[in-house]
Amino acid sequence: MQHATVKSYFWKGARAGAPFVFMAAPFGMLFGVLATEAGFNLLETMTFSISVFAGAAQFTALHLMQEQAPTVIVLISALAVNLRVAMYSASLTPYLGGAPLWQRACAAYLVVDQSFALSIAQYESDINMSVPQRLAYFFGTCSLIAPAWYVATLVGALVGTQIPDYLALDFVFPIAFLGIVAPMLRTLPHVIAAVTASIVALMSGGVPFNLGLIIAGVSGMMAGAQAEVMMARAKAGN
Amino acid sequence: MPALDHTTIWIVIVGMALGSFALRFLFIGLVGDRPLPPWFLRHLRYTAVAIVPALVVPLAIWPEATGGQTDPARLSAAIITVAVAVLSKNAFAGMLSGAATLIVLLYLGL
Repeated sequence: MQHATVKSYFWKGARAGAPFVFMAAPFGMLFGVLATEAGFNLLETMTFSISVFAGAAQFTALHLMQEQAPTVIVLISALAVNLRVAMYSASLTPYLGGAPLWQRACAAYLVVDQSFALSIAQYESDINMSVPQRLAYFFGTCSLIAPAWYVATLVGALVGTQIPDYLALDFVFPIAFLGIVAPMLRTLPHVIAAVTASIVALMSGGVPFNLGLIIAGVSGMMAGAQAEVMMARAKAGN
Repeated sequence: MPALDHTTIWIVIVGMALGSFALRFLFIGLVGDRPLPPWFLRHLRYTAVAIVPALVVPLAIWPEATGGQTDPARLSAAIITVAVAVLSKNAFAGMLSGAATLIVLLYLGL
């Protein structure tokens, strides 16, 4: 019975992740096209997409390499763009920390915006899930996105045609993530965290290496945590 | 634009692969099920609702596609997405409404 429910959580995750194929595929394809245009051969393009598996960081690295930035700056900037996955990893730890090390290592590789946001939303709404069920759901969310990312990179590298601008694909990303996060704004501290992070992000756009994102994220987290403490105190005082 | 040399490309690939995995493995792999302090967990509860808006709200207000100019169609689509997702408590309903808004407004030439 336990086994069956674990399996069903994998499929549940796969279903939740399915719409994101339409987001990952165009970006993967675009990466394949741009990397090939920049002078990456097929092996390099595919190794990059499979081993790094982080869209925004890959685009940042590619962009800076083309601008002839020093390799150290390329690495620092692109990894700074990806610093958020360390926060995602920390945030998933209370839920997945009980799993065996090799499973956690596999999960670590798959920590991306989509798997994190979908999984946290699921864990918060279904607090009685077991660790194997949570892990199954997490892997499920990636079961279509990861292959789609690889295949799309390959197609982009082989076909090499530009994606037409009129498809407005730039906006698939904001809409998808606003949709995931909005229902998570369940309490006042959550709203305060989101509003604070948004305002700080808008103000810190000029900070180099994309560190404005990390500053904004940490500000939002601190605001949310502080609001939670203050509300708990006010409740205790009554 | 001068072509990139393959040694540089491989250094970046290996550096990015190791660096990205280290960032991801740091907590989930090394901390595992050791208890984390309550203040830290309290902050972690707000990771998603802080970092995701920080990532996408600037893109909604200053879209890359319009060179950073605020675009009524994209901004309306973002607002509709949030409104529908909050009211319906359904992420997918929000995304569909936002995408439909964007398609209609861009088609109308707004």
